[in-house]
Amino acid sequence: VALALLGAPFAVGALLGNYWVRVMDMAALYVILALGLNVVVGMAGLLDLGYVAFYAVGAYTMALLSSPQLNLHYSFWALLPLAGVLAAIAGVALGYPVLRLRSDYLAMVTLAFGEIVRIFLNNLDAPINITNGPMGISGISPPYLLGYSLKRNYEIFGVEVTYTAIFWYLIIVLALATSFLLSRLRDSRIGWAWGAIREDELAARTSGIDVRRLKLYAFGTGAFFAGFAGCIFAAFQGFVSPESFTLFESIAVLCMVVLGGIGSLPGVAVGAVVLTVLPESLRGLNDLQQALLGHQYVNGTDLRMVIYSVVLLLVIIYRPQGLLGSEQRRRELTAARGGS
Amino acid sequence: VIEQQFVNGVVLGCIYAMLALGFSMVFGILRLINFAHGEVFMIGAMVSITVLNLLLAKVGPSVSLVVAGTLLLTTMIVAAVSCGVLGMALERIAYRPLRKAPVLAPLISAIAASIFLQNVAMLIWGRQYIAFPAILPTGGIQIGDAAISWSGILIVVCAPLLMAALNQFMKRTMIGKSMRATSEDLEVAAYMGIDTDRVIVAAFFVGSVLAGVAGTLVSLYIGATNYFIGFWAIMKAFAAAVLGGVGNLTGAVLGGLLLGLIESFAIGFLPDLTGGIMGTQYKDIFAFIVLVVFLIFRPSGLLGEQASERA
Repeated sequence: VALALLGAPFAVGALLGNYWVRVMDMAALYVILALGLNVVVGMAGLLDLGYVAFYAVGAYTMALLSSPQLNLHYSFWALLPLAGVLAAIAGVALGYPVLRLRSDYLAMVTLAFGEIVRIFLNNLDAPINITNGPMGISGISPPYLLGYSLKRNYEIFGVEVTYTAIFWYLIIVLALATSFLLSRLRDSRIGWAWGAIREDELAARTSGIDVRRLKLYAFGTGAFFAGFAGCIFAAFQGFVSPESFTLFESIAVLCMVVLGGIGSLPGVAVGAVVLTVLPESLRGLNDLQQALLGHQYVNGTDLRMVIYSVVLLLVIIYRPQGLLGSEQRRRELTAARGGS
Repeated sequence: VIEQQFVNGVVLGCIYAMLALGFSMVFGILRLINFAHGEVFMIGAMVSITVLNLLLAKVGPSVSLVVAGTLLLTTMIVAAVSCGVLGMALERIAYRPLRKAPVLAPLISAIAASIFLQNVAMLIWGRQYIAFPAILPTGGIQIGDAAISWSGILIVVCAPLLMAALNQFMKRTMIGKSMRATSEDLEVAAYMGIDTDRVIVAAFFVGSVLAGVAGTLVSLYIGATNYFIGFWAIMKAFAAAVLGGVGNLTGAVLGGLLLGLIESFAIGFLPDLTGGIMGTQYKDIFAFIVLVVFLIFRPSGLLGEQASERA
């Protein structure tokens, strides 16, 4: 596996072109995001639909503190944990007042919150220009390692190493670290307590679990990884704008979690990869239409969210435990509506 | 300024009330957040523009007021019926298979359906705002210091008429009575021989018809529409319903009107209060603030939630 991961960017780059290495980078990034959302949705059983807001916090942390926008140039390595912590603080700040709500009301509030954050990102260019509004922030510094920029193509022993391949290693290491940490968390006391809350909140409370505090932990942990992923995203793209943080992104990540199997770590990772690669392959649809129908009717990339929504609908109705979810999950997700 | 904000608030409030009614009818019966309700409204607006453009292409652009009224009425009926059918289809496809599932599953399917409709609308009508054909004369009437456009007047006249009709429907007709019984207690209603499936479908149809009419009226009033208007529409309908008491139809009307007024006054005074820093671009945050404050401090709303023991 390790060898496959090491060789992957070169194999893909040689066979399919550099564009697909970029898709792989994004897939790995979505794995981190989806794993983070899985803490909230899968482990603690809270539907957070404004997840993209925390991703945005992380991305704008990097963008503001390491670009010409405010003329600050802090190092990526320092900002990576900072982005996570700031996002976690935002998560706890949102969670504190709203976590006592009924689960469906909580979902609605978080959904609205995600769009509110975008309103602010779009409009904080006046009277003082902070976010540069809809134009976004460009010129974000790349990460440096031992003085070498990671966002450059190098030639090592005659082999061309593109920056997308370098980022692949960076992101995959962070994704592996994330999944390791989260699997430890899942099997810890906190993880068990989350499971208890998810299955029966009243029983959990009666067993002496501080439900409110544990829900806040879940929100904070999920947000932390979103911020973390956001920071990498900003460094990778070199540019952020509110366009990247729409409601659709939140739903896309939710779809990855649900498709793979709510609560299952490998499932969620698979869901993220499948749903990143699938829409990209639709680009080929454009040429196909041209060839068959003589005219391009729909742009393949515009179908991304259509596909996500259909997948989400089908999975939730016909296979609520997702691709790799357990039998226990299936029962949890289909049991007749109980006390709450 | 105050008079103007009041008039704007009432117009806005009538719209929110119509949306909140449809939302609350479904919630009252199924305890389900029908998130796609906003998209039904959006489709109503889009269909209106398309239909009206087609009609205008037939009769020519300059029409008398009588013809314009007829066209507008036709458009409204087409939009209302297509939305009603869409509502029933949504119930069938996205909600019925999950009626017994835990509460988050139908919410996820509702959101999936809504994202689907948004993106299909985007593919059909594009990303940009599309304009509503100018069919009513410009101008309007002046009440004291406040001006109100003809389309605004239409809203203020239509909305109460429809609500009165809905009220009669709920009180007088058999299906309306069954609907009220079902929202009291679905199981008991079923034991009493009420075909609850039919009642649920009827609730989706009636609610979606209201959303469709609201779609025509809003796009006429604002003058343009795009595929994303459903999102804030459902958020505001939800906020209005929570404000009045979820599932409570009188509460939905009251909540809608209040939310419209709150929003209108907040937008009116925000630039002055913040020294011009925050303007109308922040208009949507007030519904959110109202929503969160009410959910935390008075989750049953002003008039109380129907069947609140299940909340």
